[in-house]
Amino acid sequence: MKTPLDSIWGTIISGLVLTVILYVFTANFLH
Amino acid sequence: MELIIIRWLHILAGITWIGLLYYFNFVQGPAMAAAKADGTAAGISKHVAPRALLWFRWGAVATWVLGALYLMRAGNLSFGDAFMLRGASATIGVGAWLGTIMFFNVWVLIWPNQKKVLGIVQADDATKAKAARVAFLASRTNTMLSIPMVFFMVAGPHMGVLPKLF
Repeated sequence: MKTPLDSIWGTIISGLVLTVILYVFTANFLH
Repeated sequence: MELIIIRWLHILAGITWIGLLYYFNFVQGPAMAAAKADGTAAGISKHVAPRALLWFRWGAVATWVLGALYLMRAGNLSFGDAFMLRGASATIGVGAWLGTIMFFNVWVLIWPNQKKVLGIVQADDATKAKAARVAFLASRTNTMLSIPMVFFMVAGPHMGVLPKLF
């Protein structure tokens, strides 16, 4: 089964999206 | 003075680890596909990959240990608070958790499976194919996680408490 991680750009975009999700989580729920 | 030395060495080790991670994902992976096509892949498997993996996995150990040491000794941060995501240590704690997951992936998923792929450990073709897929996905997962990991590592000391976006 193919996943976004099978392509380099899919990996980079997934990392950027995860950064935004974790930022919002950290700024709103951890401080 | 001691803290900046630990931080300096932590970053040097981190460059070694993540630099090789990017080498595997952006250079060696695509190069292997091309090398298999013209019959020159054996050179990479025999001479390059084992050396790169040696620096890669021990770079991961040095990075994690030095990072943990820094959190234990820094006056404004705490190892326990970082991993409990509490207070001023919460931001760098998110980076520390991501780095810890990546460290686990290196030693539990990537290295044992790469040993089968490279023939360091004997395996049949079906086992090798499965090991290659697991190692590949773990390596790609680490590449993805490295993006937020580095953000939270640098944002902690730089920004402290993160401002809300909305």
